[in-house]
Amino acid sequence: MTDTSTTSPLPLSLHQRSEAEIAARVKAIESIMIEKGIMTTEAIDRLAEIYETEVGPQLGAKVVAKAWSDPEFKARLVANATDACAELGIGGLQGEDMVVVEDTDTVHNVIVCTLCSCYPWPVLGLPPNWYKYPAYRSSIVRAPRRVLREDFGYDVPDTVEIRVWDSSSEMRYWVLPLRPAGTEGMDEEALAALVTRDSMIGTGPPASP
Amino acid sequence: MNGGHDLGGVDGIGPVVVEENEPVFHSEWEKAAFAMFSMPFRAGFFGVDEFRFGIEQMHPADYLSSRYYEHWVHTVEHHGKRTGKLDLDEVERRTQHFLEHPDEPLPEKKDPELLAFVDAAVKHGVPAARPTDDPPRFAVGDRVRVIDDSPLGHTRKARYVRGKTGEIVLAHGTMIYPDSAGNGDGEDPKHVYTVKFDARHVWGEDGDPNASLYFDVWEPYLEKAQA
Repeated sequence: MTDTSTTSPLPLSLHQRSEAEIAARVKAIESIMIEKGIMTTEAIDRLAEIYETEVGPQLGAKVVAKAWSDPEFKARLVANATDACAELGIGGLQGEDMVVVEDTDTVHNVIVCTLCSCYPWPVLGLPPNWYKYPAYRSSIVRAPRRVLREDFGYDVPDTVEIRVWDSSSEMRYWVLPLRPAGTEGMDEEALAALVTRDSMIGTGPPASP
Repeated sequence: MNGGHDLGGVDGIGPVVVEENEPVFHSEWEKAAFAMFSMPFRAGFFGVDEFRFGIEQMHPADYLSSRYYEHWVHTVEHHGKRTGKLDLDEVERRTQHFLEHPDEPLPEKKDPELLAFVDAAVKHGVPAARPTDDPPRFAVGDRVRVIDDSPLGHTRKARYVRGKTGEIVLAHGTMIYPDSAGNGDGEDPKHVYTVKFDARHVWGEDGDPNASLYFDVWEPYLEKAQA
């Protein structure tokens, strides 16, 4: 009997790179860039260090805690987030023009970038993989309430309007979550510890005291 | 372009997989790839819109199945080739070399100006706002429709809002126009607005009855909605 099992070609010939292959390819480009004076390992390490240790969601948490504690600051934050954050020395790359959207008892906000991975770096740091990968980007605009419930375990009642902000321009949106109950009398530092990254994306609540 | 990157409303990809205690970088190569936006940007490889367009031209199957920072590597190669700043045959040769010698160190160079650039770029950013005297054609409260066409080049006009009608809720002034800058045709600033769409209008009966979608558009994307 003749073997006919290889006669029909597949429509695509995909090659998924292994970790070793992509690491070697990046190193190859990096070595050329270093020789051309475009990159240095020192500058790469410095850039990574900034987002590993200096710029992250702890900065957004600080802003939220201040907004929860200081009504005048909150009014300035909602009116112009870029300027209000600058008061605290917070701002810069991928947050040149920021807008804070405020949760209320009747409105819940959530952010996404369906076209790429836009995210407010100065207050949240670099986005997690799930924010950048296709599943979240495709589904959160389509069925936000279901995705929050099934994929994030976050139940937003049907009576609360969900507003999905798709960051399609260079404006960078992020969420001012509701201050949790039972936090009366807590100072800004204690409040900031309750503000999670996901609560500023809109995919989770702040922690409870 | 009607690319594989335009994911809003595509069904069947989920669920969202959340990595517990995810590190900022998963490996050393991710750190180097992350630096391949800001540093080649400084060296004239691309602007941010061109950077995105390079990613959008990946084959959709590759786009959907690769690691995030592989997208960045792809656009660096795309624009490196386009500008003549990167020899892809040389990249291939060195890739084979580093596969065989993965622990070979990279050259150590010092460049205080590049180091200062990194800190300054993070701190000050690269604003896209370009104030102009152009009068806005629309105002907050206007009912508008997103023009339903299919540009072949770079655009931020996602498919799921094309042909849809909504209300302008925010006006942001004039900013670099991606449909020009992303295609190498200059900044050509246009007014930017946020448009609110009812989820039921966008998705029909399967849409959430109590949800809305906020999407930023540049003025040429819009026409006045019929009353």
